[in-house]
Amino acid sequence: MRHQGGLIQRVIQTIRGSRGILAGLMVAAGLFALPSFGLAADAAPAVATEYRDIPGIGSRNIVWVIAQLHLLLAGFVLGVPIFAWLCEVVGWKSGEKRYDKLAKEFTKLLTSSYATTALFGGILLFLLIAFYPKLMNYLTDIFFPSFIFYCILFLLETATLYLYWYGWDAMQDGGKKTFHIFLGFLLNLFAFFIMIVPNSWATFQASPVVIAEGTDLQRAWAATWNPTWWPVNIHRLIANVVLGGYICGAYAGIRYLAARNAEERDHYDWMGYVGNFIGVFGLLPLPFAGYWLMREIYQYNQQMGITLMGGFLSWLFILQAMLIGVLFLGSNYYFWLGITHRIPGSEGQYKKPIMAMLVILLLCLGVWMTPHSLVASLEEARKMGGTHHPLLGVFGVMSAKMTVANLMILVTFMSFIMYWRAGKQETATWAKVARAVMGAVLVIAALAVIVLGVWGYFVPAIIRINYFSTSQVLIVLFVMLTITPLTALLLKSARTTTEMVWGRMPPRAGYALVLNAVMVILLMTLMGYARSSSRVHWHIYGVMRDSSQYAFSPALGYAAAFMALNTFLFCMLVAFIFWVATMGDKGKAGYGGGAKGELPHGMPAMAGGSQSLSKLKG
Amino acid sequence: MGGSLGKPIILVAIIYLLLKFVVPNIPGSAPLPSSLIFLYLMLTTSGIVIFATLSGESKDAFWGPIQRFMTGENIGGLQMLRYGVLILFPLLVGWQTYSSTAPSDQPPAENRTIHPAPPGEYTGLSNPVAKTPDNIMQGKGFYAAFCSPCHGGQFDGKGPAARGFNPPPANFSDPTTIAMLQESYLFWRIKKGGVGLPIEGMPWKSAMPRWEVELPDEWIWKIIMGEYDGAHQSPRTWE
Ligand code: HEC
Repeated sequence: MRHQGGLIQRVIQTIRGSRGILAGLMVAAGLFALPSFGLAADAAPAVATEYRDIPGIGSRNIVWVIAQLHLLLAGFVLGVPIFAWLCEVVGWKSGEKRYDKLAKEFTKLLTSSYATTALFGGILLFLLIAFYPKLMNYLTDIFFPSFIFYCILFLLETATLYLYWYGWDAMQDGGKKTFHIFLGFLLNLFAFFIMIVPNSWATFQASPVVIAEGTDLQRAWAATWNPTWWPVNIHRLIANVVLGGYICGAYAGIRYLAARNAEERDHYDWMGYVGNFIGVFGLLPLPFAGYWLMREIYQYNQQMGITLMGGFLSWLFILQAMLIGVLFLGSNYYFWLGITHRIPGSEGQYKKPIMAMLVILLLCLGVWMTPHSLVASLEEARKMGGTHHPLLGVFGVMSAKMTVANLMILVTFMSFIMYWRAGKQETATWAKVARAVMGAVLVIAALAVIVLGVWGYFVPAIIRINYFSTSQVLIVLFVMLTITPLTALLLKSARTTTEMVWGRMPPRAGYALVLNAVMVILLMTLMGYARSSSRVHWHIYGVMRDSSQYAFSPALGYAAAFMALNTFLFCMLVAFIFWVATMGDKGKAGYGGGAKGELPHGMPAMAGGSQSLSKLKG
Repeated sequence: MGGSLGKPIILVAIIYLLLKFVVPNIPGSAPLPSSLIFLYLMLTTSGIVIFATLSGESKDAFWGPIQRFMTGENIGGLQMLRYGVLILFPLLVGWQTYSSTAPSDQPPAENRTIHPAPPGEYTGLSNPVAKTPDNIMQGKGFYAAFCSPCHGGQFDGKGPAARGFNPPPANFSDPTTIAMLQESYLFWRIKKGGVGLPIEGMPWKSAMPRWEVELPDEWIWKIIMGEYDGAHQSPRTWE
């Protein structure tokens, strides 16, 4: 975990104005990414009005929904190219055509979702200018150089996207393919900047750095490089990969459930596997990034840190733990279903390790979900002596949460390794040694994580945060970085005893994929609310107060209803985009006629012959 | 009903009994609130469902009996029981809904936030008093005079007056209290006391006195030093 420059901290110290008591508010569910924000420069002329409202619905609620949808779409639009590009590279390197097809299938979705995202960004921008003229004036004043930069980025991104998509088939061979891959890289590069520029506007609101002197550029740059900018950038980048992966999984899940023949089932089963894999791949480092972000926030301002971690928003983190818990369980469940169904005859063999992993996951989740302050009736609280349980209360603090998060990451990683190795027999002479080493690494790492976690209670907070938590993360990374290549080496010479059979997953696997995607979206809406409401009654923390009628934090139940609404609307939007984008396919006969030869067919293709499908019908 | 349903039911029952009767009796423990028990039982149940539905056979073994019972297929003598469940279950849901919405004389469940956010004007403060053995000693002296009746001479929250209060006086040697907080946070809490808490901290419940009238700031800072030293904890810092 690294520090932002000390200079910045000092600047912040000096600009910290008076600050009020926590009364609560949340306005403008975030100025996330607003495409074509540059327009705001035209709205700059002095406006006497500070706020406008739409009575009945409320300006804040409208902005909340639109901003959240825009952010989710943007996450999708930035996550999918990463995903697609990775698939394309894999296909290019391995020569497996189905990866290329998959990448193309998803890039097709990009073009329409890209337009939708921009559309929502535009709506959001208009709404913000209309509802919050004072705030927008101020932000424009500080950020207009980056608005211009942003517009240029958009032009570049759009051009690259068109080239990437429309040039797909034309640039298939040799040097042209290399160029296409390069285009994909550029696409992601521009996309990354398109994400981090608006991030600077949003993070500025939470942790502003305002310098009095200097040119416009210097002021904009100082405001951009604020203490939470990079933590949010990294966190969102990873989260977008997760979103992209799981949405791909959900799409595959739905298509799998609706598949009409063996070929489709094969394909979408495989696609679901890839989506889930990429989702998990992103999910594993995500808690680390989140932890770093929280730490920077807390260090930046104690009030904001405590509002989130210990104060009235801390309930959100209990909800977060539940959602992440479902996500971890769902992803592992899918891996395990994969082992028992795609690898015939492996069921008995893996029952025990699966049971062990499940129990560890559940225990960890139990710890993670135990709040510091408990919900208790008067009588219960009296018996406990307060809302803090004398024994289980120790689970309520960061040291415990970090420990179990790390353990859950380890378990999930092992699930994947188990899946990877299933159905293969290692033939290398040193296989035994390697397995022993891997086992030892795993056990020692788990123990070390636990020891550090317990020890963390007995050292000053700063030592725990700077050294112990960091070491825990490094240990887990170390495990991944040793076991992955070792396994890869082992499997190189391994003999496949049982062929992986696609298309045999039961319907519940498809549902699990959909559930995971919904969980990720809910998580993003939840944390979006946490991020913007942690500013409490400030538009710009410590600099510009919210003086509108909405300068209060909505009750958690009310907020949760909005999260659900936003999740629902986003799912509908994505469904619409997918539907539109795949409409053309329906006309063509069957799914991907050419793919037949490339798909691994371990199973005789008897249409509708799988027991799982007949069960679905029954 | 098949035997594979028996095991999960027994497992849930065992966990429930553990949480209800065993955990509270561990020394230093206390009864768990029902919200927490419910949470743990939910986890257990989801674990069971996950494990039981991993393979086709185990799913059939788990789900089959339930399905057969509910549809009334070849269950012979259990038919009456099935009708009973089909009638009683909706009634149960109705009763549950009624009892959770009906007015009652019970106070609502409490979710007091133990460490609410401090007001902004306190967040940037740092201890102006030099950390010398003398000052720490002095702080401990003040502590013994003003705070120990409630927070205890051993800094464990077990002072002679402590028993009367709910929430109880904070136990400073517990690593989840002052060790989590910055010195400026304590300064705010001591100065403003229970009444200075924001709403989510339920200011009306806390017996923590408001010391700003009695104690000059410098004493408070010294007490804070003495408190950390005596409780063998150190404040949260960032460097
Ligand atoms: C009348 C009994 C009483 C006295 C005397 C008293 N306190 Fe407290 N104190 C409490 C109670 C009860 C709480 C817990 C409720 C709360 O957090 O407000 C508490 C909480 C605290 C906390 C918050 C700890 C946390 O983890 O949030 C601090 C700090 C504290 N007291 C310091 C002191 C100091 C220093 C003194 C002496 C100057 C003192 N108290 C005297 C009753 C008392």
